[in-house]
Amino acid sequence: MKVTLFIPCFIDLFYPQVGVAMARILEKLGHTVVCPEGPACCGQPAFNTGYWDESREVAIKVLESLQGAEVVVIASGSCGAMMKVFYPELFAGTKHEAMARELAPKCYEFSAFLVNKLGVTDLGARFPHKVTFHDGCHGLRELNNKRPPRELMAKVRGLELVEMGAAEICCGFGGTFSAKFPMISTAMGEVKCASALETSAEYIVSCDSSCLMQIQGLIDRQHKPIKTIHLAEILVQQ
Amino acid sequence: MSTAAAQFNQDARRLSADLRHRQTIQTAMGKYEVARDQRKTAFQDWQAARQMAAETKWVAVNHLDRHLEQFVRNIEARGAKVHWASTDEQARDLILGILREKDARVIVKSKAMTSEEIHLNEAMEHAGYEVVESDLGEFIVQLREEPPYHIVFPAMHLTRDEIKDVFQRKLGDAPSNNPEELTMVARRVLREKYLQADVGITGANFAIAETGMLSITENEGNARLTAALPRTMITLVGIEKVLPRLEDLALFLPMLSAMGTGQTLSCYNTMYGGPRQPGEMDGPEEYHVVLLDNHRTALLADAEQRDSLHCIRCGACLNVCPIFRNVGGHTYGTTYSGPIGAVITPNLRGLNDWKHLSYASSLCGACSETCPVKINLHHHLLQNRRNASRQKPSWWQKLAFKAFAPMATRPALWSLVTKMGRLGQKLHGLVKGSRLDPAYAWTKTRDLPPIAQQTFKEWWRTRS
Amino acid sequence: MSERDNMLARIREALSVAAPLPGHDHATVRETPVLSNIADQRRVLPAVGQSFDEQLVLFRANAAELRADFRLLNGVDALAAELKGLRDAEGWQRVASHGGDLTEAACRALGLPVLLTDQAYDKRELAACDVGITGCDALVAQTGSVLVTSRSSGGRALSVLPPHHVVLARREQLVPDLPAVFALLKAKYGAGYPSMISFVTGPSRTGDIERILVLGAHGPKKLTILCL
Repeated sequence: MKVTLFIPCFIDLFYPQVGVAMARILEKLGHTVVCPEGPACCGQPAFNTGYWDESREVAIKVLESLQGAEVVVIASGSCGAMMKVFYPELFAGTKHEAMARELAPKCYEFSAFLVNKLGVTDLGARFPHKVTFHDGCHGLRELNNKRPPRELMAKVRGLELVEMGAAEICCGFGGTFSAKFPMISTAMGEVKCASALETSAEYIVSCDSSCLMQIQGLIDRQHKPIKTIHLAEILVQQ
Repeated sequence: MSTAAAQFNQDARRLSADLRHRQTIQTAMGKYEVARDQRKTAFQDWQAARQMAAETKWVAVNHLDRHLEQFVRNIEARGAKVHWASTDEQARDLILGILREKDARVIVKSKAMTSEEIHLNEAMEHAGYEVVESDLGEFIVQLREEPPYHIVFPAMHLTRDEIKDVFQRKLGDAPSNNPEELTMVARRVLREKYLQADVGITGANFAIAETGMLSITENEGNARLTAALPRTMITLVGIEKVLPRLEDLALFLPMLSAMGTGQTLSCYNTMYGGPRQPGEMDGPEEYHVVLLDNHRTALLADAEQRDSLHCIRCGACLNVCPIFRNVGGHTYGTTYSGPIGAVITPNLRGLNDWKHLSYASSLCGACSETCPVKINLHHHLLQNRRNASRQKPSWWQKLAFKAFAPMATRPALWSLVTKMGRLGQKLHGLVKGSRLDPAYAWTKTRDLPPIAQQTFKEWWRTRS
Repeated sequence: MSERDNMLARIREALSVAAPLPGHDHATVRETPVLSNIADQRRVLPAVGQSFDEQLVLFRANAAELRADFRLLNGVDALAAELKGLRDAEGWQRVASHGGDLTEAACRALGLPVLLTDQAYDKRELAACDVGITGCDALVAQTGSVLVTSRSSGGRALSVLPPHHVVLARREQLVPDLPAVFALLKAKYGAGYPSMISFVTGPSRTGDIERILVLGAHGPKKLTILCL
C-alpha cells in the first residue's frame, strides 16, 4: 500500500536516522512510502501552550497535505496522539472538523502500524543487547500502544527485554513543560533514569524520540552508563 | 507572573531537588499502588465500574437543583437545619453564628477539605474557640501549624521522628518515635476532647438526595465520635457532593476506598440523616448542614469542565501524578493539589493568578486514566491553558508561535531554519550553560542533541 | 430572595447548557446516562460466592484480614461460654450494652455491671466501660463489614467509644454484598431511617504515620463478632 510517512520536526532535525529506518523498513515490506514536503510540525507546541488559533495555522497545512492519504504513519507517539486524538478537539466547531475526524482513523504510530495494521512482528532484525522499554505517555495512554513495541522486540534476535518499574511513568519532557518547569522536568527524568539503571540494561528503548531527547540529555550531562535508542533503529539492524 | 506562580516555582525548585522528600513519597506511593491494584483486580469489571460511576455523577450534577432540593427536603424532615452559603465568608459567618448561639467553647473536627477551603479553623480560633482536629494526620499538621500535605494523607511527608518531636514540643508527651505509641498519645488526648466538645464539625463524602443523608468515610472512628458525643453537630459540604440514591453508595463506597487507600472498604462508612431521632438516647440534639457553593456554580456553568465537579476526592490522581510526587502537596499553595487541584483552582480562585498550576504538567494523562469517575483531567488542563491565553495572551509567545507557522509549513523556510540552526549551534557552544544561553532552561541540567549533518527532509530530497 | 433561591437560580442558569456525556473513550458512551440497578452493580463489583456457605467463608476470610475476631457459635449457651472466656482474658470490669434478646442474654451471662445506652446515660460513664456489646442489622460477606444503626445497636456512641466492640449476630443476618445490604436497609427502615447508619469494617485503624498500620486510632482497638 501507499504509506504516507509523517516526520515530526525534532526527528527531522535531531534524529533523522529514525525516519530513515522507518522508511527503509516499510519499503522492505513492499510498500510505497511518500513524505509530504510541506508540513514539518503537527502543531502540538502551540496547542499545548493554549494558543489554539496559532496551532490551527500549522495543523491545517497538515490536514491539507494528508487529505486523501490511504494510511498515515507518524514517527512519534506524541505527534501521533496529536493528530489522532487531539486534532478533533482542536478543530471542533470549525470548518475543518470533518477533515480532522476523517484523518484520525488513518493515523498510526509506527510500531502500531506494523503490528496492528500489517500484522507484522518479525522483521528479521538482530540486536544482541539487554534493553528496557520506556512507554511514552501519548503512545501509552492516548494510543493504547503498550503491546506492539513489545511484540516487535520479542522477535528481535539476541534482544533481552527487562521491564523497569517506572516504565509507564512520564519521563518529564511534556514539550514546553521541559523548559517552563525545568526543575520538575529534570526530577522526573532522574526518576526514569534511576529506574532504568536498576535493570542493568544497556539501552533504553522507546517509540518516542522526544522522550529519548529528554532522557539522553540527562544521561549525557550526568554521565550515566546507559544509552537510548529508538525502536525503529533496532528493527532496521540485521 | 502572579505571586502564587512565583511561590510555586520557588517551592517546586526546592522540593524537586530534595532527594529525601523524593524517596519518602516514592515509598509511600509504592505501598499504596500495590494495595490499590489488588482492589482493582478484585472488581469483576473495573472499567465498567468507572463508566457506571461516571454516569451516576453525571446524572447527579446535571440535575443538581432537583437533587439538592430533594436532599434538603428529606433531611429537614428529620429535624436537621440546612443553611445555604454562596461564599466562603457566608459559610464562616453561618458557622460562627451557630457557635455563638450554642455558647460553644471546645470544637472537635473531623476531616473536611471544605473547611480548609474557607479557612474555617483560623476564623474559629480568631473568635476565641478551642479547635481540635481529630483525624490523626490533621491533628499532627495542626500541631506543626502547617496545612495538610495531601487530601487523604495529611502527614505523608513526615517521619516518625518529626512527629515525635512536635508531640514533645506541643503536648509534652512523646514516649518514643514508635508509630503505635504516638498514635496512642493522640488517642488519649483526643478522647478527652470528644467528651469536652460542645460542637462537632465534619465534612462529607456524599450527600444522598433520595434519603436526605450525609455519608462520611473514615478509618479512625474520629468522625463517628465527632458525630456521636457533642450536643451540636455541623456538616460543611460542597453542593457537588450529591448522589441520587442510597444504593449508589454500593458502587461509590468501595470505589472510593479502593482508589483512596487501597482498601476493600474504609473502616467506618456512616450515613447521618439528622439529629438524634425520637427514641435515640445519644447523638447531637441539633444538626446543621451548611451547603457550600464558593464558585462551584461557576464551574457548573462551564459545560466543558462541568465534570470536574464529579470528583469524589479520592486522591488517586494525586498519587499517580509525577508532578505531585516530585513537588509535594504544599507546593501547590492551595487547598486542592494534584491534577484535580490544577484543574479546578484556576476556575475557583482566578484564572490569571492560578493558571500556572495547569501549565505545571507534562500532560502525561495518568490522572485521567486513573480517575474512578472518568474526569477528563488532562484535557481540562489543556482547556485552562487555552482559556488563560485567550484571557491574557502572552504577546511574545503568541508572536513566537505565529512566526513558527510559516517556518513549519513552507519547505524553503524550514530549510533556512535548519541551516541557521546549525550555525546557531556552533555559536551556542560559547554561551552554553551560562545565563546568556537562550536554551538555559534546558541546558542547565541537560545536554542538547546536535542538529544532524543531514536532516530527514534533506535526505528524502536526495532520493527523489 | 433567600440565599437558597439565589443558589438554585444560579444552578438552573448554569445547567441550561448541556454538558458532554460521561466517559471520554467514545466506545463506551451511552445516549443518555442511566443509574445502575442491583444487577449492573453485581456485574462489576467483586464476586461473592453463590451459596451461603461460600459467603460465610468469604466473610470469615475478610474478617481475618481486617484483624476482626470472628467466631461462629452454636447456640446461646456457646455464646455465654465464649463471652465469659473473653471477660476473663480481657479483664473486663464494666460493660455497656442495649436491650434485645441476644444482648440481654450476653449481659446476664457476664454478670458484670452494665450501662445501658438505650436509656438516658452519661457519656463519661460510657467512656469508662471496657467493652460495648451491640446487636447489628447485617453482616456483609463481600467486605467483612458489620452494619449497625443508632436504632438497632444502642445509639451512636456504644459501638465506637469503648475500646472493645463486641457484635452479636445471627447467621441469617449474613448478606452477600453491598447491593443486597442497601436493599435490606431500604426494606427495613424506608418508612423512617435511624439518624445513624454505619458499616463497621474491622477495628479502628490509621496509616497516617509513615503508612504504618496502627489499630485503635480513636475507635475500638478490638472488634469481636460472635455469630450464632
